[in-house]
Amino acid sequence: MANLKIGLAGNPNVGKTTLFNNLTGLNQHVGNWPGKTVEKAEGHYNYNNNRVDVIDLPGNYALSAHSIEEIVSRDFIVDEDSDVIVNIIDASNLERNLYLTVQMMELGANLVVALNMNKFAQDKGYTIDAKKLSDLLGVPVVEIEANSKIGKDQLLKTIEEAAKNPVNTVNRLSYGPELFDHLNELQTAIEEDKNLGDVPSRWIAIKLLEDDEIILDRIEDSSKRNNILNTTEKVKKHFKDIYNESSEEVIANARYAYIEGLLKEVLTKPATEKKTLTDKIDSIVTNRLLGFPIFLIIMYLMFQITFTVAAPFQDMIDEGFGILGEMVAAALGDGMLTSFIVDGIIGGVGGVLVFLPQIILLFLIISFLEDSGYLARAAFVMDKVMHSLVGLHGKAFIPMILGFGCGIPGIMATRTMENEKDRLITMLIVPFMSCTARMPVYLLLVGAFFAAADQTNVIFSLYVLGIVVAIIVAFILRKTLFDDMDAPFVMELPDYKLPTLRGILMHTAEKSWGFVRKAGTIILAAAIIVWILSSFPAGVEYGSQESAIGMIGTAVAPVFAPLGFGSWQPAVALIFGLVAKEVVVGTFSSLFGVAEEGAGIAAAMHGIFTPLTAYVFMVFVLLYIPCFAALGTIKQETGGWKWPLIMSVTTLITAYVVAFIVYMVGLALGFG
Amino acid sequence: MIKTLNELKTGEEGTLVSYQGGDVELRRHLLGMGFVKGATIKLEKVAPLGDPLELKVKGYAVCLRKEEAKFIKVEV
Repeated sequence: MANLKIGLAGNPNVGKTTLFNNLTGLNQHVGNWPGKTVEKAEGHYNYNNNRVDVIDLPGNYALSAHSIEEIVSRDFIVDEDSDVIVNIIDASNLERNLYLTVQMMELGANLVVALNMNKFAQDKGYTIDAKKLSDLLGVPVVEIEANSKIGKDQLLKTIEEAAKNPVNTVNRLSYGPELFDHLNELQTAIEEDKNLGDVPSRWIAIKLLEDDEIILDRIEDSSKRNNILNTTEKVKKHFKDIYNESSEEVIANARYAYIEGLLKEVLTKPATEKKTLTDKIDSIVTNRLLGFPIFLIIMYLMFQITFTVAAPFQDMIDEGFGILGEMVAAALGDGMLTSFIVDGIIGGVGGVLVFLPQIILLFLIISFLEDSGYLARAAFVMDKVMHSLVGLHGKAFIPMILGFGCGIPGIMATRTMENEKDRLITMLIVPFMSCTARMPVYLLLVGAFFAAADQTNVIFSLYVLGIVVAIIVAFILRKTLFDDMDAPFVMELPDYKLPTLRGILMHTAEKSWGFVRKAGTIILAAAIIVWILSSFPAGVEYGSQESAIGMIGTAVAPVFAPLGFGSWQPAVALIFGLVAKEVVVGTFSSLFGVAEEGAGIAAAMHGIFTPLTAYVFMVFVLLYIPCFAALGTIKQETGGWKWPLIMSVTTLITAYVVAFIVYMVGLALGFG
Repeated sequence: MIKTLNELKTGEEGTLVSYQGGDVELRRHLLGMGFVKGATIKLEKVAPLGDPLELKVKGYAVCLRKEEAKFIKVEV
């Protein structure tokens, strides 16, 4: 028998990805749907010598034309030559889950229902007659536990059988005689155009009554356009007259009525709903008094674990690359090639890989919080703050907190946000959170220019400034680049569950590897460019005023004169700082010819900066273009150079304007 | 008595009688999530800072801001 192709469909949070991992194991890869920003996971397994390709469809509640995810799913069911659609259903929440099932039946999908979380449903006191459900729906129903082997064999066998004997599910639905008659009337009009025969006419009829833009577009090209549209209007008006409801509501009601009828025969619930574990946990976690402190503690722990546990590993990687560099230098001797390998390649790659421990830890924690269901609660607790302050969704808080550690995991954490606009704005303001890489720069400058008692306050003021600027920039972005519409906050609070170790490890591995591969290539290229600019024209000292970068620095320096630091060295340091912000420190030390960082550089810097201009310089370092690794991550997350470019321009303008204001205010106040 | 969703007291429940106004896209989305006429909706909890609301509908929990909940009327 030939190969099979199946799609996994279901609501969000029903164990779809868990089942996908369970079926395909390591035989999977993640990409994007062609031309879309929606993630597409594909994999395969072998059963009875057949290769079965599995496509994990986005988690949906419906199959409308209103979201990319829903369009992707229905296009898959309509267009791709899939053999079976496996519909994963949460047994503890049959009613809403079946709403999607019913819509796939409208499409005539060859369904196999995988009833998941049966144990959980039993704990709630539910009894489900799976056999009867199967009889009534007219499709096979298999009871499984997606995080274990329970029901897996039966599911694989059922999928194979369903592929051999497909059923057209569209005729199993009954939406009552009134709706049925009018759908038939509309179907007759649709069926006159044979070109529309690739999908069930029943489905087209329903979608027309729902004002589905995509189907309306298709009808525009139909030879029977006028008749179809007239009939649609007639039916819609009729429904409005007798039900006083839009036909969209009439259809939704009919679907739920059908489901209700099914459930009467299939599901027995206890007289009073038991208090579930989720209710008990939530009575503490989203408690009016405790909710907020608990959120802060969890965020604090995440921050601490990510950045302190990672630190020794980062040092090890850093030292490892240092030793590697020394070994290469010793083996090759002094020369152009050595400099290229040690300063350019090893320095560049090492500069990215030191972030890896943070990334791995962070994604372990985020995957745990997300899979367990806590992330949704955090968004619930924080939504008010984020919404009134920056007009964003509650989920935007996590990336911003992470940004204080490192912008890269912060940017990657925006993946948990469904709304594209919110996600982009969050991504653009995360780099204003003062990351740990800026800290060495602050330490160097406050050490040289401020009294010991003031140093902490100076640094703290920079953190606050970053947050204030982020809020203002988010506000401006919403008024300019994005339309000023708030994304509604509709989010399911899924039941808590213990995440599977396998799921968490697979998420983490995939995301960490993506970071190494993609951000790595970009920073490597950038590092090589910086090396070339520092080393040429031939014979100049690395990074001196005579080198290409020194000349660029000299040329650029006047631009910074209005900010109070017009020498070539700060300009060069800022250019190098594009690779990674902490490189600013290293640059100063090499520019001033001081091998050891510390007192020597401090003394030399007094010629270039005053305390005020040193502060202005720190403000600029805080706000200007984030490092190449961050830009690379934004490119990877948004799938193009448009947003990294917008980001570079916005941050440059912001940095310059804010630094200028700070300088002017400082001068006016008599600092200087 | 008819109330809008944001007027419910914590723990109070009602039957959806109408959902008019507000964002069309959102209304469609919520329709699919079970906010249909006759559905029982319970205000489970208000977030610690006073917004959004946690609602129970069709046996699951969903959150919604007050500014959106005010378009949904329920019979208590």
